[in-house]
Amino acid sequence: MLSKVFATIAVAITGSILLYGVSDFPAFGDPHSPANAGVPGSESVSLYFIEESYKDTKVPNIVTSVLADYRGYDTMFETVVIFAAGMAIFAILRVVGNKEETAAKAAEEDSFTNGDHNRIIVGTTVRIVVPVIQLFALYVVAHGHHSPGGGFQGGVILGASFIIIALAENLNAALRRLSELNYVRLAAIGIFIYAAFGIMAQVLGSNFLDYGALQPIFMTDGPEMARSHSMLGVEIGVAFTVTAIMFAIYANLASRGQLVKGL
Amino acid sequence: MAEFIHDHIQPYFNYWVYVIIMMIGLWALIAKNNLIKKLIGLSIFQTAIILFYVSMGVKDGATIPILGHHGSSPPASEHRLFEDLDEEEPKKAHGKPVDHHAADDEHGEDHTHGHAGHHKTNPDLIANPLPHVLMLTAIVVGVATLGVALAISQMIFKEFGSLEEDEILEEIKASASDG
Repeated sequence: MLSKVFATIAVAITGSILLYGVSDFPAFGDPHSPANAGVPGSESVSLYFIEESYKDTKVPNIVTSVLADYRGYDTMFETVVIFAAGMAIFAILRVVGNKEETAAKAAEEDSFTNGDHNRIIVGTTVRIVVPVIQLFALYVVAHGHHSPGGGFQGGVILGASFIIIALAENLNAALRRLSELNYVRLAAIGIFIYAAFGIMAQVLGSNFLDYGALQPIFMTDGPEMARSHSMLGVEIGVAFTVTAIMFAIYANLASRGQLVKGL
Repeated sequence: MAEFIHDHIQPYFNYWVYVIIMMIGLWALIAKNNLIKKLIGLSIFQTAIILFYVSMGVKDGATIPILGHHGSSPPASEHRLFEDLDEEEPKKAHGKPVDHHAADDEHGEDHTHGHAGHHKTNPDLIANPLPHVLMLTAIVVGVATLGVALAISQMIFKEFGSLEEDEILEEIKASASDG
C-alpha cells in the first residue's frame, strides 16, 4: 500500500516535470527542429545521411546504410549484446545431463508420433504456413537495402517461424529442425560473419568495417557497390544471430531450460 | 481548457502520450509487487522511449527514409498534418522535390559509373533516419534483455516458489536469521 502511494507521488512529480519540458519542444513534425536539422553552425548528421548516403553506398534504404555502414561498429556490438543475452539465458536456465529428463523426452517423442488429435488442425496449418513465413523472412533480409527490412527484422521473422512450430506441435518438433547445437553455432557464425567483414577490410589495409576497401574482393566498379554488398553480408550475419537467439530464448524459457516438452 | 488543449496538448500530442505511457510503466515498476508485472512495466517504459524517438524524427509531409530506386527522392506528399502550425513558419520553401530526375534514361549510366553527383535530395521530404536506426536495434536488444529478465524470474521462482517481492524478501530474511 505504502509503495503505491510512494509510486503515485514519484510518478506525478516526474510526469509533471516531463510534461512541463514538453512545452519547450520544437513543434511536432517540424523539419527544421534541432533533432532533424541541427542547430545553426552545426548541421544534423541526419542531413548528411539523407543527402549523401546514396552516393556513398548505392543503398536506397537510408536506415540500412546508416545501420550497417556508418554505424556498423555500433550494430556489431548490438549483435554481440543479443548473443550475450542468449548465452546468459543458457547459463541461467539450461539443465543438462538429467537422466529423468531424457526419459521424459523419449516419452514425449512417442506421444508426438502417436498423434495428438487436438493439434491436427493447428499442426497442419502451421506446416503449410511455415515455409511461406521463412521465405518472407529471407526476402526481408535479402531486400533490406531496397525496402523496409534487414537483418534484425528478417531474423526475428525467421526465429518466429521456428517458435510457431514449437507452439503448434511441440518443442521437440522445432528442435528437430534447429537443434540446440545448431542454433548455438548459428548465433556464433552470425557474429563471426560480421566481424569477418571488418577484419577483411583491415587485412586490405583500411579501417575496421570500412567496406569500401573490399572492392577487390567483390570486383565492383567502385567502393560504393562494395559497401552495398558488404552491407548485405553483414545483415545476413545479424539475421543468423537474431534467428538463433530468438529461438534459444523461447526454447529455454518454455521448457525451464530442459529443452523438452515446451509449453 | 479548450485553449490549453489547443495550444499545449494538440501540437505536442505524441510527446504527451509518450510521457503518459512512460509514467504508466514507471508506476508499474515501483508499485507492483509481482516481478512479472514489473517486467511488463519495464516493457511499457521501453515502448514509450521508442515512441519518443520516432516522434522526434517525424517531418510533416515527409515520407519514409527510403529513396527511389536510383537515389531519387520520393514524390512530395500533398497531405500535411497540423496545417495551422506551419503558418507560423515562414520557411515553406519545400514544396516539391527538386526535379533532378528529368528522365529515367540515365539509370543505365548510374549503374556503370557508380557515382551520382547530380542527385539532389530534399531533406525536408524524407523522415529523419537516425531515430529509426537507433530504435530498430533497441527493439531487438529489448526483446533479448527481456528474455534474460524472464530467465532470472524463472530461476527466482524455482528457488523461492513465488514471484511476489514481499514473499521473497521474507524468505530471504527468514533464511538469514536461521543461518
